[in-house]
Amino acid sequence: MYRYVARRCLQALLALLVLSAVVFGLVRLTGDPTLLMLPEDASAEDIARLRRALGLDRPLPVQYWIFLRNALQGDFGRSIRGQVPVRDLIAERFPYSLRLAAASFAITLLLAVPLGVLAAVYKGSWLDRLAQVVAVLGQSLPMFWVGILLIQVFAVQLRLLPSGGTGSVAHYVLPAFTLGWWLVAGIMRLLRSSMLEVLDSEFVKLARLKGLSEARVIWKHALRNALIPVVTFGGIYLAVLITAAILVETVFAWPGLGRLVYEAIVFRDFPVVQAVVLLTAALVIVSSLVVDILYAYLDPRIRYG
Amino acid sequence: MAEAVLEVEDLHTYFFNRRGVLKAVDGVSFTLYRGETLGLVGESGCGKSMTALSIVRLVPRPAARIVRGQVRLRGEDLLAKSEREMRQVRGRRIAMILQDPQASLNPVFTIGNQLVEAFAVQRRWPRRRLWTLAAEALRHVKVPEAARRLYDFPHQLSGGMKQRVVGAIALAGAPEVLIADEPTTALDVTIQLQFLRLLKELQAETQMAMLFITHDFGIVARLCDRVAVMYAGRIVEQGPVRAVFRQPAHPYTQALMASVPRLDVKVDTLATIEGQPPALDALPEGCRFAPRCPYVERRCQQAYPPMVPLQADHAAACWRLEG
Repeated sequence: MYRYVARRCLQALLALLVLSAVVFGLVRLTGDPTLLMLPEDASAEDIARLRRALGLDRPLPVQYWIFLRNALQGDFGRSIRGQVPVRDLIAERFPYSLRLAAASFAITLLLAVPLGVLAAVYKGSWLDRLAQVVAVLGQSLPMFWVGILLIQVFAVQLRLLPSGGTGSVAHYVLPAFTLGWWLVAGIMRLLRSSMLEVLDSEFVKLARLKGLSEARVIWKHALRNALIPVVTFGGIYLAVLITAAILVETVFAWPGLGRLVYEAIVFRDFPVVQAVVLLTAALVIVSSLVVDILYAYLDPRIRYG
Repeated sequence: MAEAVLEVEDLHTYFFNRRGVLKAVDGVSFTLYRGETLGLVGESGCGKSMTALSIVRLVPRPAARIVRGQVRLRGEDLLAKSEREMRQVRGRRIAMILQDPQASLNPVFTIGNQLVEAFAVQRRWPRRRLWTLAAEALRHVKVPEAARRLYDFPHQLSGGMKQRVVGAIALAGAPEVLIADEPTTALDVTIQLQFLRLLKELQAETQMAMLFITHDFGIVARLCDRVAVMYAGRIVEQGPVRAVFRQPAHPYTQALMASVPRLDVKVDTLATIEGQPPALDALPEGCRFAPRCPYVERRCQQAYPPMVPLQADHAAACWRLEG
């Protein structure tokens, strides 16, 4: 188990390194930033001076090394727009994104797991059919549209919940639900089908033959096995969740990373874009690492592969 | 040996689907006595396994349903019991070994965990004592290094060892009846024999009654006291193994016997039975074997023949025996 985890951690570090190189390279493909920073009639000497000041005259590997060293220390340069360190911008926005993600993730666990299991156990019942409708809508309705619709109904017409911004628990409800619905739908459908398969297996039959209660058969023997494919896909869902947050944060004026990167793109604030892209990609890598470790915990066949 | 433990009477288990009714078990009756082994033989799909699952009331719901009949365990009607009461029966009084040891153990829990669970439903003992009990149970079924094996996961054991673990789980409750549903088809021949011998030894110790489901006549000859031959949802012949093997009375049993290859007679071709068993959702009116039977008569196609007693405990369902 420890060897497996150590191996996966090493792979994740490697992936991060490759990723940083890609981000570094991509940014340099977008053109010379000095042309944007100086007036159009700037002399060649001025440009050269600025390039020297920014370190752009040095060879690429050296530049990459400096970028990597600074990034490791949390230094992503300064925002072009606000002239504040990118680190401060991220430090300010990141907690909001994290809280929103946690809230929608909590909704997902609380709804998707019981719903998925019960839909499989009571296959064909009204509960199952209701769950299917919720799942199909959740996966097919565009998230920004769901967000706008929810604002229209709950904020504008019923005046029950705030339409955007942060402050109280009530502010979390609409964005977390918008983000969570899609996740609930995906995980529930996956869990339902894998539960159905597992419930049909011989070891579930044997568990019943032992005289175990139905609750124990379902929540211990069946669920633990049914979760394995769900966790695999969970990693992918998590990655999509991070990108989807950009839409939801924009719709609900949520001051998170998603909105930060949206604003940065609009204003061509390259250092910010670069840092946020790097950070979200790192998040995806870390979450897939967590998924893999969880996966090994759930399935001993991988632990002792 | 007249002490009846399990009596199955006129059992009917049907599958209901959109296209119609599938009569998987259609009027099965037999009695299982203390300390004996009854072999239930027949082709795949003749309703053997469904009979077994009906006894413990674990037929696949909601498609299948026990429609009619009685299953009595020492006189108590199991079909009248509530689900809660049935759980007291499963594992403790009637245990079952499933066909595929590979698939019967849950891949994500240790052997110890799964064994302890079987003991824990019967006694609320502290975990440690249950764990000791589990190690003993493994030793009992001759798993080497039992105490260490408890920490293993199923995929770390060989097929034969897994089958022993499954056996230990089944015996955890010291059951009065053990149903073994083709427990050795997934194992190689040498491992098969070891496991069967082990089962016999354990049976001699506990005097449990065994219902042994198989399609292997070699196993029946070696292991069983009596045999019941099943065809298309019904028992067509039943009797002591010796009598049925020497003088098979039903044409189906005769044909089956003829199709078993023998080592002492040189043959060029294996005998087969012409045709296919009838589809269980379109059973013929009369005798189910009539379409394939070489002796078929008019009355065979009109009504199902009664069970005709031949001699001590030997009976077959065939019109020709009526005389």
